[in-house]
Amino acid sequence: MLLLNIDAAFVIEKVILISVILMGSLGVAMYATWAERKVSAVMQDRVGPNRAGPFGLLQPLADGLKLFFKEEIIPDRSTQFIFILGPCLAMLTATMTSAVMPWGPDFTMAGRTISLQVADINIGILFVFGVVSLGVYGVMLGGWASNNKFSLLSSIRAASQCISYELAMGISLIALLMMTGSLSMKDIVTQQHGFWKDGYFTWNFFKQPVGFIIFLTCSFAELSRAPFDLPECDSELNMGYHQEYSSMKLGFYLFAEYINMFISSAVISTLFFGGYNFPFMDQVQAAVPSGIFSLICVGALMAKIVGMILFFMFVRWTLPRFRYDQLMKLGWRSLIPLALINMLVTGGVILLTMKK
Amino acid sequence: MDIYSILFWFLSAMAVGCALGVILSRNPVNSVMFLILTFFAISGHYILMNAQFLAVVNIIVYAGAIMVLFLFVIMLMNLNADVEPQKGMMIQLAGVISGGTLFLVVLMGLTTAKSELIDPRSSDIGLISNLGKVLFTRYVLPFEISSVLFLSAMIGAVVIGKKENIPASDKTEIV
Repeated sequence: MLLLNIDAAFVIEKVILISVILMGSLGVAMYATWAERKVSAVMQDRVGPNRAGPFGLLQPLADGLKLFFKEEIIPDRSTQFIFILGPCLAMLTATMTSAVMPWGPDFTMAGRTISLQVADINIGILFVFGVVSLGVYGVMLGGWASNNKFSLLSSIRAASQCISYELAMGISLIALLMMTGSLSMKDIVTQQHGFWKDGYFTWNFFKQPVGFIIFLTCSFAELSRAPFDLPECDSELNMGYHQEYSSMKLGFYLFAEYINMFISSAVISTLFFGGYNFPFMDQVQAAVPSGIFSLICVGALMAKIVGMILFFMFVRWTLPRFRYDQLMKLGWRSLIPLALINMLVTGGVILLTMKK
Repeated sequence: MDIYSILFWFLSAMAVGCALGVILSRNPVNSVMFLILTFFAISGHYILMNAQFLAVVNIIVYAGAIMVLFLFVIMLMNLNADVEPQKGMMIQLAGVISGGTLFLVVLMGLTTAKSELIDPRSSDIGLISNLGKVLFTRYVLPFEISSVLFLSAMIGAVVIGKKENIPASDKTEIV
C-alpha cells in the first residue's frame, strides 16, 4: 500500500533545511543574549560579561546550564497543565515563522534544484502574521495560569498591546502588498532583486518609508521590547508574566523573546531591505558557482538581520519606557490613522501611474 | 484510504471532538482553548480544499484576535468552575429548544440545498487571486453591503464604549 508517495530526497532535503534553520535561530538567539549585555555595557560605559571564555563568549552556555540545573517550581494553586503549556506555546510560535522565510536563492547540486525556503506558500506573509497573532497565547495563558495578580495584569497588558498594534501593522503591510501584488515571500524578495533598477531603488524601504516606520514601531510593540516592554515592566509588575516561572520554563520565555527578535528582524529585512539581495549581485553571480553565490546571499541576509538586531538593542538602551496610556494613544490615535493615510496615498499613486 | 482521506477524517474527528469539548468542559478557559482547537481543525479543512487564504484568515481573525478577546474577558472576570452560576430548569429547557430549532433549520437547509460538487483537490477557487476577483466582480454588492454592516457595528461599539458625562443624580438609572 502506497500511502505516502513522497520523494525521499525531498524529505531529507527539507529535514536538513529545517534543522539548520532551527539550530541557526537558536544559536543567533543565544548569542543575542550575550550581545544584548555587551551592547548595554558599551552604552553604559561598563565592561559587560567577560569571565566565561574570551570576551565572555561562553556566557550564554553558562546561563543555559544554570537555568537547566535550577529547581523546577510549579505553584500549588496554579492550573498545572496550562502553566506548562504557556512556555511551550511561546517557544513553538517563535520558531514556526521561519518556515516561510526565503533564506537564499535556489541553487543546483547534483542535478537537483535546492530551495533555501522550507515552504513557498502563496500566502507566506499572512502565515507570518497568523503565527504572530497566535504568539500572544503563550504569554496570556502562562500569566493567567500562574494564579498571581502581577502575572495576570501583565498578560492582559501583553494581549491588549499585541492586538492594538497588530491592526496598524496589518494596515501598513496592505500598502506594501498593494505595491508588490503578491503575498508570497519569495515573490516579494525576487521583486527587490539587486539594488538599483530603472532609475530607482528596488528595495521596498525606499518605496514605502512611512510603511516601514509604522511596521518597525509595531514590531517593537509586538516583541514587547523597550520602549514598549510594558508586560514585563519591573517597576510596576515585579517581573511580569513570568514571575512564577523558574528553571527552563523561564528560560523558554526569555529565549522565545530573542528568537522572536531574530525572526522579526529577518521579516523586516525580507520585506523592506531586499532579503538576500545585495548591490551588484548580478556581477557576483556571474563570477562564482551557484552554491557559493547562495551562501553569499545567505550571508547578506544574515548581515542585515544582525544589523536590525543591533538596532533593536540600541533603541532598548536609549529610550525610556512608555506609559501604558501613551502606548495605547500612540497605537490607536497616531499609527492607525497614519497607516490608513499611507494606504490611501499608495493606492492613489498606484492608480495614477498604472499603465494600461 | 489515501493521505487525503486520512487527514480529512482526522480533522473532522478533531473538529467534532473539540466542539463537544467547548460545551462540555466546566472551566471557561478550557472551553476557549477547545474552541481555538476547533478553529484550527476547520482551517485544516480549508487547506485540504486548497483554500489557503481562507485557512490563514480564519486563524488570524478567529484564533488570533477574537479568541484572545474572549480569553481576555474571561481572565478579567476571573470566571472559574466554582463560581459558575447554576441556571434554572426553565432556562436550560429554553436553551435546548432554541438551539435545537436552529440545528434543525441548518440541517434542513443543508440537506435540501443542491450544491455543485467540485473536486476540492483540483480546484483553486480558494486561492487569494481568484477569491479577490470573484469578490470584486460577481459578489461586489453583497461584499460592500457587509462592509457597511461591519462599519455600523464598529460605530455602535464606539458609541457604547464612549465615556459619557452623566450628571451625578442620573447615574443610578443608567447603571
